[in-house]
Amino acid sequence: MATMVTSTRRPSTKKGPGAGPGMPGPNGNGSKRKDAFREPDSRGNRYRIGMWVALASIAMMFTSLSSAYIVRSGTANDWVPLAMPRILFASTALILISSVTLEFARRKLKRSLDSEYTKYLLTTALLGLGFLISQVVAWRQLAAQGVYVSSHPHSSFFYLLTGAHAVHLLGGLLALTFLWLRSRHRTFEPALAGKKQATADAVTIYWHFMDGLWIYLFLLLFLWR
Amino acid sequence: MSETHEGVHRHPAPTGFIRKYIFSIDHKVIGIQYIMLALVAVLVGMAMSLLMRMNLSWPGTSWPILETLFPTGAPGGVMTPEFYLSLVTMHGTIMVFFVLTTAPQGGFGNYFLPIQIGAEDMAFPVLNMLSFWVTLVGFIVILMAIFVEGNQGLGQWFAALGPSFTGGSGTVGPIGGWTGYAPLSALGKIAGPGQGAGMNLWVISIAIFCVGSLLGALNFITTLLNMRTKGMSLMRMPLTCWAWFTTAVLALLSFPVLLGGGILLLLDRVANTSFFIPGGLYVSGLLSGTNPNFPLHTGGSPILWQHLFWFFGHPEVYIAILPGMGATSHILATFARKPVFGYRAMVFAIFAIGLLGFFVWGHHMFMSGMSPYSAIAFSVLTLSIGVPSAVKTFNWLGTLWGGRIRFTVAMLFALGFVSLFVAGGITGLILGQSSLDLPMHDTYLVTAHFHLVMGVASIFGMFAALYFWFPKMFGRFMSESLGRIHFWLTFIGVYAIFVPMHIMGIVGMPRRFSSFTEYEYLRSLDPLVMLVSVAAIITIGAQLLFYFNVVWSVFKGKRVENDNPWEATTLEWNTATPPPHDNFAGVLPVVYHGPYEFAVPGAPRDYVMQTDMEAEVPSGNGHNGHKH
Repeated sequence: MATMVTSTRRPSTKKGPGAGPGMPGPNGNGSKRKDAFREPDSRGNRYRIGMWVALASIAMMFTSLSSAYIVRSGTANDWVPLAMPRILFASTALILISSVTLEFARRKLKRSLDSEYTKYLLTTALLGLGFLISQVVAWRQLAAQGVYVSSHPHSSFFYLLTGAHAVHLLGGLLALTFLWLRSRHRTFEPALAGKKQATADAVTIYWHFMDGLWIYLFLLLFLWR
Repeated sequence: MSETHEGVHRHPAPTGFIRKYIFSIDHKVIGIQYIMLALVAVLVGMAMSLLMRMNLSWPGTSWPILETLFPTGAPGGVMTPEFYLSLVTMHGTIMVFFVLTTAPQGGFGNYFLPIQIGAEDMAFPVLNMLSFWVTLVGFIVILMAIFVEGNQGLGQWFAALGPSFTGGSGTVGPIGGWTGYAPLSALGKIAGPGQGAGMNLWVISIAIFCVGSLLGALNFITTLLNMRTKGMSLMRMPLTCWAWFTTAVLALLSFPVLLGGGILLLLDRVANTSFFIPGGLYVSGLLSGTNPNFPLHTGGSPILWQHLFWFFGHPEVYIAILPGMGATSHILATFARKPVFGYRAMVFAIFAIGLLGFFVWGHHMFMSGMSPYSAIAFSVLTLSIGVPSAVKTFNWLGTLWGGRIRFTVAMLFALGFVSLFVAGGITGLILGQSSLDLPMHDTYLVTAHFHLVMGVASIFGMFAALYFWFPKMFGRFMSESLGRIHFWLTFIGVYAIFVPMHIMGIVGMPRRFSSFTEYEYLRSLDPLVMLVSVAAIITIGAQLLFYFNVVWSVFKGKRVENDNPWEATTLEWNTATPPPHDNFAGVLPVVYHGPYEFAVPGAPRDYVMQTDMEAEVPSGNGHNGHKH
């Protein structure tokens, strides 16, 4: 229904939309860009744009928590650095590999290799699950040593930052599961395929971000202490 | 949500009542829901300010109804000081979050941003619906914070959640102010009545509100970037859209910081961490670590909370005011029948205000013992916000200059906005300087300053917006004669309330005190205090007139004769009244002109609509972003 009306546009003059007198470019402001306007097929972009916008806000939240971490570590006389649970290296390896497999998945989808796409999606989801399990193991190891969230400031921040990251990663895992469930019925309609690619792109961007965020938190927690 | 092929609206018009009016994904319905939420919240907030004024002018009087409502907060009908403090806290919290953040952005922005850029809905309609319902849950939780203290009623249920939720001695809610300063906000019920379960719910409500706002901001930004119609270049957007967009960016980057701070605060309260609680604290006769209700804390930083809070808190001020600035620019141009003076400068000023807003949070903390060098830096940055603010004011006056002004009620409120913004902003230049702020801090001067400039001014922006867009939203005008009475009572009323408060502040009357009977040096202010209270009662009474006008006009107001009753130029006046489900009945408009082509030489009418293909607009008419 909401199609662009092109028939009402004057067909043969220089006056395209925006090209009124005194408005040199199609943009009306002297811009030389030819297609500064939204075309009906630019829809899929909203998923990618929306994801970048959402990531900006997530980044801001972790920025606020890390600034609190840095301030608290600088002013405290009660700072006891945590002994790093070794299993966190396994976590790091798992999430790094999962980023690679998800990137494979996205590229397979782009080349319409649907069954390989599904396979790589599932691999990524399992690796992500492995990461979460590894994190839980790390928490349990610390708890077994008697280190809890309220033990000292470093442990508070450790549980808080890893926990907040795990919650976000869980969201990514749900999105992967959703993609995987949907990947199993194929579509031939170009619009739907475009949307499928756009959602896959958005989830990939999110997952890479969570990967990078983990590396950052890992370095922050165990180099700055 | 189905999408069969491109070009088809993503969701068909719903038919059932629940999908159409309750759990709607139509941005217009969601916008009205937000406005209704704000209308309810502002009633609650106003009632609280009325109670505060009653106690300030007639301290110690017994109001039997208060005892019925709040047996613990007002025993014998006489307000306790704690009750007064909780009124201060809840009034601030409800007004800032659930009125000044919801109506301008979630309400009018939601309704008109997609229409003004020529989109059929928001980019993510389902998220849009979620953002409203999440916000509503936040509102319900903040209301519960009033009633959970004391171990009866709701309090009983919350006590089952754990020791940090068991009630204190009973009052009407948290008493720490809307800023929730640590460490008292982080300690739990030993910090005073209302600081137990009520404070927990306060933090949770704010966190929920953050999530709702973030969903909204995500939607606004994506919609504006991705869904503008053909010809709607950035510099052809109405200034309202620029304001909503900048507001959304501010919300997107500042609410996560508050959310982070809120999580830390909640952990301090329920998980016994020490982010904000220093060691060796002695509160309510107890030393940290000597009592099961006050476990051992060490090393936390209360100032850290202030930094996190105000890093959000200052942009929040602009979140409240920027949409009002946008609406004011829009309405001034429409009723002065002139293009907005200096459109480009207005856009850059909006952005400059938004950007600078992120670097001035320290001016709320001059009293925190910060280094004088930081204070000077924050001062200079704060004062520099005066530059874009002055650009905007100058351009508003330039827009009015030589116009043939139509004094509709919407125009009156827009003019009132300019007046209040200047009157309230001028004291910002005083408070922004650390040396002047030190003696003025925590006096009524601060109260007067921020109420005028961010409270009342942005409310005036919303009044203007509602009177202006009401015909489009409901197909009927609001009563202009009632509106005029409403405007003059409110306009004179708010000045009568807040100008005396400046004087009180200069004399040295402190904020947040429940009564001043014990302070001899403030005796001379008694008549002023009484004047403010009487003015407040009359002004609040005038708002009942407004509520009546809204309800009456929805059903009985004068019908709108055509789709463009104000002879305005932007896209919302192109479509049916009220707009159909997909805004443009399946045909997206194509834009040929800037947003404010009024008084166009040679045009048959004195305005050219954005979609008007035939009209010739000479170069440079009103500087609407044209290159010369």
